[in-house]
Amino acid sequence: MRHEQIETNSGLMLLLILLVISIGGLVEIVPLFYINETVEKVDGIRPYTPLEIRGRDIYIREGCYLCHSQQIRPFRDEWLRYGHYSLAAESQYDHPFQWGSKRTGPDLARVGGKYSNQWHVQHLVTPRSVVPQSIMPNYPWLLNTDLDYSDVADRMRALRATGVPYSVTQQEYDANVKKFGKTVADQLDITQATDNLLKQARDQDFDGIPSRITEMEALVAYLQMLGTLVDFTKYDEGYFTTFR
Amino acid sequence: MAQSSALPAEQYNYDIVRKFTIAAMVWAVIGMSVGVYIACELAWPFLNFDIPALTFGRLRPVHTTLVIFGFGGSALFATSYYIVQRTSQARLAFPWVAEFTFWGWTGGVALGAITYMLGLSQGKEYAEFEWPLDIAITLVWVCYFAVYVETLRRRSQPHIYVANWFFLAFIVAVALLHIFNNLAAPVSLTKSYSLFPGVQDAMVQWWYGHNAVGFFLTAAFLGMMYYFVPKQAGRPVYSYRLSIIHFWALIFLYMWAGGHHLHWTSLPDWVSTLAATFSILLLMPSWGGMINGIMTLSGAWDKLRSDPIMLFLITSLSFYGMSTFEGPLMSLKSVNALSHYTDWTIGHVHSGALGWVALISFGSFYHLMPRLYDTRMYSQTLIYVHFWLATIGIVLYITSLWVAGIGQGLMLRSFDDYGNLAYTFIETVEFMHTPYIWRALGGAFFVSGTLVMVYNMVMTVRAARHEQAAIEAKLAAKLAKA
Repeated sequence: MRHEQIETNSGLMLLLILLVISIGGLVEIVPLFYINETVEKVDGIRPYTPLEIRGRDIYIREGCYLCHSQQIRPFRDEWLRYGHYSLAAESQYDHPFQWGSKRTGPDLARVGGKYSNQWHVQHLVTPRSVVPQSIMPNYPWLLNTDLDYSDVADRMRALRATGVPYSVTQQEYDANVKKFGKTVADQLDITQATDNLLKQARDQDFDGIPSRITEMEALVAYLQMLGTLVDFTKYDEGYFTTFR
Repeated sequence: MAQSSALPAEQYNYDIVRKFTIAAMVWAVIGMSVGVYIACELAWPFLNFDIPALTFGRLRPVHTTLVIFGFGGSALFATSYYIVQRTSQARLAFPWVAEFTFWGWTGGVALGAITYMLGLSQGKEYAEFEWPLDIAITLVWVCYFAVYVETLRRRSQPHIYVANWFFLAFIVAVALLHIFNNLAAPVSLTKSYSLFPGVQDAMVQWWYGHNAVGFFLTAAFLGMMYYFVPKQAGRPVYSYRLSIIHFWALIFLYMWAGGHHLHWTSLPDWVSTLAATFSILLLMPSWGGMINGIMTLSGAWDKLRSDPIMLFLITSLSFYGMSTFEGPLMSLKSVNALSHYTDWTIGHVHSGALGWVALISFGSFYHLMPRLYDTRMYSQTLIYVHFWLATIGIVLYITSLWVAGIGQGLMLRSFDDYGNLAYTFIETVEFMHTPYIWRALGGAFFVSGTLVMVYNMVMTVRAARHEQAAIEAKLAAKLAKA
């Protein structure tokens, strides 16, 4: 075919453009949904609790992902600084993913449990009071603003629509008990969402203010569980490389 | 060099081109100023002022959206509407639909910026618009497609000019990317969750993200280049054959390259390796475009000495060549291990965005303004002033971020004699303070150049109005005598 035929026919040109630009995505993206090895088989991964969901929403609202990655690479310096490299399985319930593309601040993929709740609260309100050279903004309003959890069940329903196994029916709940155990399955029950959120906030009191549930409460709850779900002592290194 | 007759202004719809040109400059000033502001926040964090809407995390999407979609998008609407009319020798189809694309696009971008400051965001880079805005943008885009294709169909000659191939590919590809990357389950009008989980979401996002660069910021601006460089040089495109080969190769290869943003992550290695391979191949069609543009000037090189607009156009092509060399380099896994997550990436993006995208747009606008208003540019000297302010700004910007990025990368991976990490993370943050100041200064240079251009444009339009009024007065006087 001579190129003249294409450049004198707008319909043909459009069709060929569409064909040519579709191939890359079809070859590289579609298989990711079908190749089983894409996401590692590993115990311990669970969807977020209602309080953690709200914390993650705040993380996204404030644009934390623009300065902090959540994706540790398999290098020695990252191993020493942050811990085991990130697994695809660890973000399998993340909508959207928050791997980030820039480290103006350190990686947060395994920040959970590294610092106390109190440290996080003080660091978020006045970062330079704990890390003098930090360039992070202050987030004082997180501690002053009460958490809006009125629509947390709606949020879980939307996540359920994307495929996260939050349960509505008894049947779904039973399936979750079988897959995650009763304690986790209870947290994933949408009908109990508000009670679960209140209970976790009361029991663990992340913001250090027992009388209130602030946005800080949710954000710290989220930060404190990041990267803590997989017990890496149960696996030898060779196991994970079979998935790469 | 003003067009001798008033005919083109009547034959073609220049009104919509003027509107988008003005909008582009307004977004350029606001978007780039926000960029300088957030650059200063990184150097002096007190500038966040404990005000949520002004924190870096919320303003950064404002900056990227206003410069990419506001400035870049409006510049593309303006030039593509101009080019499709001139090269088809047909008036723009569906004038009211075209008018809608202006208000829809401008409103969408403005609303986007406001909603980010309020904390509404999908949490995906360069796709932060929440779902109602995504749908509105899709609607505008469909209208753009209809206007563009119908105008092409009404062309008065058999061949579709090469610039239009690039604009067509851009319109189709951006629709495809925008729709798939923004699929989401809504909670309410202001909140939604991406349809895809973790690793798949990451791949869809960077397929989108890299091709926002590939099609929005490259293919479409090549369309701009293919019209304004030959026009301003007064010579035909260097090689017709090269333009065919590099066009099809470019749009095919770009779509494979996104995975190089995810080297060494939980994305399976086969994808990122494939993406890196295509990224290296991409050097060839990229340089094909650069060579075709620069060589168009062969035989008329003296214009670089006498024509400041040519200076903008050729310098932009040089930056295009440089950043499309740097890109494949950074897509190599070994280089990426150092460069990823650092400011090297930010510097690379800006050598493309300021050096290529902004300079080619400015050059094209300087060519366009006299024709849109049937006059001459107010000041040639100010065009030179703008050129040097912009160029100094870009050089300061990218060199300071090479220092920041490569420096941080090297510090993070260095060990002492006992095998311990040589630096803590915060020591690298401290190190970057000085380069961050230089970067902000580079940005300030660039913005001041843009302000000089705005002044020059305003004075040009005012002069055009005066000329018009003078002509009308003369005409009226003549009529009165007769």
